Amino acid sequence: MKLTREDIAHIATLSRLSFDDKELDKFTKQMGEIIDMANQLQAVDTEGVPATTQVVDRDTVFREDQPEKWQTRSEMMQNVPDSSNGFIKVPVIIDKDDND
Amino acid sequence: MDYLTENIDSLNQKLAAGTVSADELLQASLDQIDAHKNLNAWITVDKDAKPDADLDFKASKLAGVPIAIKDNIVTKGLRTTAASHILDNFVPVYDATVIKRLHKAQATIFGKTNMDEFAMGSSNENSYFGLVRNPWNLDHVPGGSSGGSAAAIASGDVVAALGSDTGGSIRQPAAFNGIFGIKPTYGRVSRWGLIAFGSSLDQIGVLTKRVRDAAEVLNVIAGPDDHDATVSERPVPDFTAALGKDVKGLRVAVPKEYMSDAVDADVRAAVQKQIDALQAAGAIINEVTLPYTKYVVPTYYLIASSEASSNLQRYDGIRYGFRAKDTKNLMDVYLKSRSEGFGEEVKRRIMLGSFALSAGYYDAYFMQASRVRTLICRDFDNIFKDNDVIVGPTTTTPAFKIGEEIQDPVKMYNNDILTISANLAGLPAASVPAGLSDDGLPVGFQIMGQRFDEAHVFQTADFIECSNKFYQQKPAGLED
Repeated sequence: MKLTREDIAHIATLSRLSFDDKELDKFTKQMGEIIDMANQLQAVDTEGVPATTQVVDRDTVFREDQPEKWQTRSEMMQNVPDSSNGFIKVPVIIDKDDND
Repeated sequence: MDYLTENIDSLNQKLAAGTVSADELLQASLDQIDAHKNLNAWITVDKDAKPDADLDFKASKLAGVPIAIKDNIVTKGLRTTAASHILDNFVPVYDATVIKRLHKAQATIFGKTNMDEFAMGSSNENSYFGLVRNPWNLDHVPGGSSGGSAAAIASGDVVAALGSDTGGSIRQPAAFNGIFGIKPTYGRVSRWGLIAFGSSLDQIGVLTKRVRDAAEVLNVIAGPDDHDATVSERPVPDFTAALGKDVKGLRVAVPKEYMSDAVDADVRAAVQKQIDALQAAGAIINEVTLPYTKYVVPTYYLIASSEASSNLQRYDGIRYGFRAKDTKNLMDVYLKSRSEGFGEEVKRRIMLGSFALSAGYYDAYFMQASRVRTLICRDFDNIFKDNDVIVGPTTTTPAFKIGEEIQDPVKMYNNDILTISANLAGLPAASVPAGLSDDGLPVGFQIMGQRFDEAHVFQTADFIECSNKFYQQKPAGLED
């Protein structure tokens, strides 16, 4: 398969990234080369082979559901980029222009 | 204080005897860092840091010993950036489990080392805080992603550093810098507080000049943790117990794919010398085959990038990290904060991961890679039925030049062909210096063990260290 510039723009949206035209050209070329490399795997016969998604040597771990002291509210707010009266501030969700 | 001729035991003896103080050790590190500014190995150094009060040199060998921390391991009150613009103002409000354990052992934690952004890279050229130079030759890369930790050890800023290894990020820079580095078994060390990249592959490990030092640090940081359910509950042995053991009868596998023409001739020659030394000491050398080696790079990049694209969703500019200005709505905050905050390689991996996980491609890419991962694991299981360790080169070439490969992602990714299998299979693996290339650059000898068998890895590394005594050499780039 060959990824087009439109495919790359779509993947960028899924990734919550935006690119200008020049970057889009560069990524289309580079992603194409990486996917070409990835396509080598299509040649491997994996019929009946289960997938490995983790190599943990434990089963599901259970614990008591007990509350634990963690950070204070003010500690939690220390790295917030924009806040007001102890709340995290974010811009309007709907475009400002849409409310006109 | 010349850290290049010291080790944890020698520092501990001097501290206990009172011939040096922990304050002096810390000052020596700060002075060395200052003297090696041109390497750019550090991102944040806290000049006001203090060693613990009431140091107990009998209870802990690490008491009062300065230890470097890779900047993707969170340290309470000490800025932690993962070498990314998106976290360049992030000051953690808690300590990673490994940091808590180092604090308990009274190690002095005072600074964070440079790295590839979010640990994505093999050259340390992907840092928002600038590239790191190789102390053996300043025109060459130190490797990555733990390039800052490795350069800090090789140049004598400290005797031990923590790193992380998702596809070779401890072992490859260790090889390029002529030092020792070990990635323990997946599940040996808690990842709580390690900024996540590929969660099924990431593992914290240790970089040191001397093998024993890494064993001593690993003794402190390993073991079960309530905050990370992937850590094994198996008892943690004393890793120093494996050192000094005779290698007579040790079963050593050498995969023919690891010694092929794809590996530089001088790298192969340096590695072969170590194999010959093992054989001369009575180890049994078996040539073996790892037929899926040619597929490990695409398998790894699909899996690691898929996990990364998911892990890095959390950077949205809302609760912490960089938030872009001039945004008109919430979607705009996400798009602009992430696009301005992430560097190019990180974006490439997020894009590759989003693609591999997206509807229509998930089975052909992510799932196919996960099935091939099973075949790769089986390759290793088969070899470990009859062998104690697998050895070979850590990298196909010595450190390459700055700027040489950064524009060609596929070429850069292929650097990791010899290291990533250990991550895919969860094996412990280390790199110990083998010698110098024709150009005077260090060559690494890789040793992989069966899961949870770090002991044989340490035993073999210790033998190599004692036999070639590479630690006596000093990096050429440090001489004026």
